[in-house]
Amino acid sequence: MSPFFIITAVVTLFGAVLAMSLRNLVHCALAMAIAFAGVAALFLQLGAEFVGFAQILIYIGAIAILIVFAILLTRSGESPDKSVLTSGWWAGIAVTAMVFTILGWAVLSSSAVPKELPAAPAATVKNVGDLLMTKFVLPLEIVALVLTAAMIGAVLIALKEDNKDNAGGQP
Amino acid sequence: MTPLQTCLLISALLFSVGFAGAVTRRHAILVLIGIELMLNAANLNLIAFWRFGAHPESLNGFIFALFSMALAAAEAAVGLALVIAIYRHKKTSNLDEMKELKG
Amino acid sequence: MADKIDQIFVTVLHFLVSYLPEAWRPLASSLICIAFILMVFPLIFSLTTIFERKGIGRIQNRYGPNRVGIPFTKIRLAGFGQFLPDGVKMLTKEDVVPRAADQVVHFLAPIVLLIPVLLTYAVLPFGRNMAIADYDAGLLFFLAVGGAVEISVFMAGWSSRNKYSLLGAMRAIAQMVSYEIPLILSGVTVVMIAGTLNLSQIVEHQNQYTFGIAHWFVFTPWGLVGFILFFIASLAESNRSPFDLPEAESEIIAGYFTEYSGFKFALFFLGEYLGMFSIIGLGITLFLGGWTSPVSFLTWIPSWIWFLTKMMAIVFVFIWIRATLPRLRMDQLMGFAWKFMLPLALINILVAGLWHFMSHDWQRWLVCSAIIFGAYVVLGRGLMANQKLGKRIYRYAE
Repeated sequence: MSPFFIITAVVTLFGAVLAMSLRNLVHCALAMAIAFAGVAALFLQLGAEFVGFAQILIYIGAIAILIVFAILLTRSGESPDKSVLTSGWWAGIAVTAMVFTILGWAVLSSSAVPKELPAAPAATVKNVGDLLMTKFVLPLEIVALVLTAAMIGAVLIALKEDNKDNAGGQP
Repeated sequence: MTPLQTCLLISALLFSVGFAGAVTRRHAILVLIGIELMLNAANLNLIAFWRFGAHPESLNGFIFALFSMALAAAEAAVGLALVIAIYRHKKTSNLDEMKELKG
Repeated sequence: MADKIDQIFVTVLHFLVSYLPEAWRPLASSLICIAFILMVFPLIFSLTTIFERKGIGRIQNRYGPNRVGIPFTKIRLAGFGQFLPDGVKMLTKEDVVPRAADQVVHFLAPIVLLIPVLLTYAVLPFGRNMAIADYDAGLLFFLAVGGAVEISVFMAGWSSRNKYSLLGAMRAIAQMVSYEIPLILSGVTVVMIAGTLNLSQIVEHQNQYTFGIAHWFVFTPWGLVGFILFFIASLAESNRSPFDLPEAESEIIAGYFTEYSGFKFALFFLGEYLGMFSIIGLGITLFLGGWTSPVSFLTWIPSWIWFLTKMMAIVFVFIWIRATLPRLRMDQLMGFAWKFMLPLALINILVAGLWHFMSHDWQRWLVCSAIIFGAYVVLGRGLMANQKLGKRIYRYAE
């Protein structure tokens, strides 16, 4: 692994830790954007150009903006005065430590890891498109359906039910 | 350590950070952010397995990552809509205060 | 000879790099390209500001700046030296940061704006063989990186702790997100026909001539509609009039950069214009044949001159529109994007598919034009039918 890859990984993890530990929610969202950008850079260095760009488009261009909007709509832009942690946070930390230990142990002791480095595969846009339209056409259609359902569901959930205080507004 | 193991360790760390945030923070939106980080870690795994696995030319992991991103977008949209709807009813987005089943 | 002038920048780059050892060449060549973009486009930006002031002045029946030329001489250059004192004024102003502002985010916002905007230039083919990074997924790169601008707008608006800034930022993000969809969908038609996401190959696809006229995509029914949709969406993406609500001076002072002054304001100003240039460059690449010439007997003119000429022509149209059209209202803006542009862009994708599969004769021209015209009429009437010119509707975000 090149040193550049490690630096990117460190930046990504730093962003993730900040996103999970800062008090102000907007700062958390911005730190999350750093983590997303870092993951995109990792994808690019692994040769997955298309996924890297899609990551930037979806996560930074859409999800981060969505989260920021949700933060402002729920008036959580200011730092809270009381504790930001749940009551049972120590149990959560313990479980996390356990999860990480098991994951790390599994990764380091696994015998299924290939020793030799395979040649960089050609993930051109053409190949990806061909596969999406042939082998993976059913999953693609299902994802389209799921996205449509999610969009309609999100609109319906967030729609205002009562319009008493909304003079002249549409229902 | 092979490149695959490095990638997997990075992704395990990212997953743990997201998990820790999701289970310890009070705010509903932060839990969603934690889930997004965990999904990102999973994507990193998929891409790493595609790149260093046995059959990179089949592009399976690559396309799996694309689909998982689309589902993450759907999940974020519905999750945030839920947070906003709950905020409307309860005037809070603090998870510790959401303990009633009745709206 | 014409070939040599056409390729002069490429030749100079190769010449400069050839003095270095083999290992350093990729790095050196990218550094030279970065320096080139950092020099050329800010220069075009500074000249455009004068061009804009003079153009709007003429349209409003006044002169605009016409005094400053070369210092200490009598040469006035018709006022085109104005950008130098303007720049000096901008850079020497005091940098005021509000006391309540979030210092770090407030500082980072202009930088976060400029980085993605500059990155988008990497994939634009400015001329023959003049795309700096010839990515396979160049269009996706452009759209992805261009989408990151919204984060910076939010950072600027939120960190200023000013209600006008926040309102401007929310307006800007809502507008950018809404207009990004027709922008991308109109680009999708080109991808369908050209069969590639690589911008150089898209230009190459348009570099053919029948009866001396180029095969630009804008000369087809779906391409014309796509170009008009792209043009309107790019006006909105670059926050230009009539979509300049985010920075409407008369309503919310200057929107998300109300609290910026001095150098940081200059960075915002620069970022906005560079974003406009890059999105115009993308429009040219997708629909107006990039660096190709419109007629075959003018192909001797260097490709980069064609690119710049087209870009400045569209910038002029932008300025013209700014001086002509009044600003839209927020609900009109959103209604236009979602009720008119989005359905039309979707129908346009259908038409592009038909165009691809129908035989190459006059029938496909007729069918495609008829579908688009019908959709235009129906959607336009639908939009007008909802225009109840009665009491204004207020909807609050809780």
